[in-house]
Amino acid sequence: MANIKDYIPIVGESTIEDLQLIAEKLKGKVVQNINSTAFGGGVAEILNRMVPLLRELGVDARWDQIKGDEAFFEVTKKFHNALHGRAQAISKRDFNVFLHTSNRNIKNMNIYGDVVFVHDPQPIALIKKRKNNKWLWRCHVDVSNPSKYVWRFLMDFITKYDSAVFSSPNFSRKLPIRQFLIAPSIDPLSDKNKELSEEVVTSVLAKYNVPRDKPIITQISRFDPLKDPIGVIEAYRLVKKYIDCTLVLAGGSASDDPEGARVLEEVKKRAADDKDIHVLLLPQSDIDVNALQRASTVIVQKSLREGFGLTVTEALWKAKPVVASHTGGIPLQIKHKYSGLLCHSIEGAAFSIKQLLNSPAYAKKLGLNGKEHIKNNFLLTRHLRDYMLLFLSTYHNEDIVYL
Amino acid sequence: MSEMIQAKEPFKFYTRLHLSELTGLRAATLPQLLKLIKTVPGSSIYHHTHRFLQQHQYLSPEPPNDFAYWVSAVLGEAGLGEKLASIDTIQFPTIRSLREEIIKNIESYIKDNPLSKLKFASEGEEFHFIKSVSFILPTKYIAYNLSDFVEILKKITLDSIYFHIFEARLRLERTTNDFSYWIETSIGDKTLASTISHLDPYTYTLEDLRSAVIKIVEVYIRSKN
Repeated sequence: MANIKDYIPIVGESTIEDLQLIAEKLKGKVVQNINSTAFGGGVAEILNRMVPLLRELGVDARWDQIKGDEAFFEVTKKFHNALHGRAQAISKRDFNVFLHTSNRNIKNMNIYGDVVFVHDPQPIALIKKRKNNKWLWRCHVDVSNPSKYVWRFLMDFITKYDSAVFSSPNFSRKLPIRQFLIAPSIDPLSDKNKELSEEVVTSVLAKYNVPRDKPIITQISRFDPLKDPIGVIEAYRLVKKYIDCTLVLAGGSASDDPEGARVLEEVKKRAADDKDIHVLLLPQSDIDVNALQRASTVIVQKSLREGFGLTVTEALWKAKPVVASHTGGIPLQIKHKYSGLLCHSIEGAAFSIKQLLNSPAYAKKLGLNGKEHIKNNFLLTRHLRDYMLLFLSTYHNEDIVYL
Repeated sequence: MSEMIQAKEPFKFYTRLHLSELTGLRAATLPQLLKLIKTVPGSSIYHHTHRFLQQHQYLSPEPPNDFAYWVSAVLGEAGLGEKLASIDTIQFPTIRSLREEIIKNIESYIKDNPLSKLKFASEGEEFHFIKSVSFILPTKYIAYNLSDFVEILKKITLDSIYFHIFEARLRLERTTNDFSYWIETSIGDKTLASTISHLDPYTYTLEDLRSAVIKIVEVYIRSKN
């Protein structure tokens, strides 16, 4: 795993020095991260990178997980869906299951942090253990349109924290506590984002039988209706009338997700009559995703709903021209016509793709602007800085803080 | 070669890092935007007129503030967008006076274009009011003369340059930028101080601003040798 000095060639030495300066101000404070799982999922992935880097900077960051049985995690999955605005039946019994497991965790968990940083709804009830320490709740979920029922239930806990943290301004609402905006990030040194040699890119494309004789349009996303893969095929067909090109739709395994499997079948059916559409069910291979993105001429993210849209961040980091929906955190990453093109419809997506394929110089400029924007705002080093400032903010209420 | 003038007081470089605090306030129409601009904290006006410079610095001098961008790109009021974008921010010594100028422009536009009141942002495209919380920290860099100063300028973060040029002047209500103040009071050269203070920092990218200040100081040093 990379250490903090490995980021100097990317972000510059003075940026890392700034991180060290902030870290010094946190000396003597223990930051206790709490979530529900050590492996799997975006939160665990980011904590796996962040906690060692914070420790290397000198912050005493630690990480614990709550315990829960299957019934508990079924309920929290329902919460998750409901917070995303999906219709979800939640019974009184579900709330009781949640509270029962939460009470067991409250009883058994050792809370020792000067700053307790709770991630997502699963451990949210631990706030009942609050003493004289500082408590922060990090919401990684898109709550722009949550089920009021679940949100009201969670509000009883949220309002007892010092501050809440959201990934997009769209997710914020009036709260009686402070709330901060901290966008997620990508790690430029991870397998998914590091530089790859041309040989690696070529071999990955050969592995999936994707020829490079035509421009490649790619969407990397799990097969989910909200990612609108069918819409991408329709946009591709509108482009194909004028420009000969290849479409790659690549996503992770859908075997444990009945809805995903159904979408994948539908996508395959729609693509069956066109040898230039490649529907790839990828194993968990970050290098493959990286190579497919690097081989693409245009990258598309035509989601109907989106959290932050880290696939867009990854594509822009590779200086790729991107066409993406104006939804979730995507507009934070793409300023229309500056660092990519935003769309609201299949026709709009098709028009933008054609424009980029026909104007390589324009496409290149957008891609370079996009990369610069990601470098300045959405890399792991910025995320580390924001988290450390967040921890410090719990000791200061003013707008200008002299440290 | 003449001796480098030693500063009466060394220049201590600071850095300024910001955290974005959400207010939970949002506007979907021009009248809502106006109402909130009148009441949000100064740190929110500051955020929306300066964030773009830092987050989109390579695009500057493209839309220099969020209000201009939103009324043009979301409400489609390009005329007002242009007016707000061309507010000469450097002429306003305080956030209070900058806020008043923004209000004046929006009110006058609404008066002349009453239909603009009817435009509204679609869901998810509302204007969200955010404020900046600034953390100001001393760095390890200290300049004892102009030669040190220029060498440090080459490697310091853009956050530090930003702090000494923008934040010091407008938000902390100092009359000039920190570099010019130091050069005038500690190096004792009014002309050099004035050349730097006459740069309009709002029309440069931060990286270009760094280069411009370095060039001015290097030319000055060469002329004295």
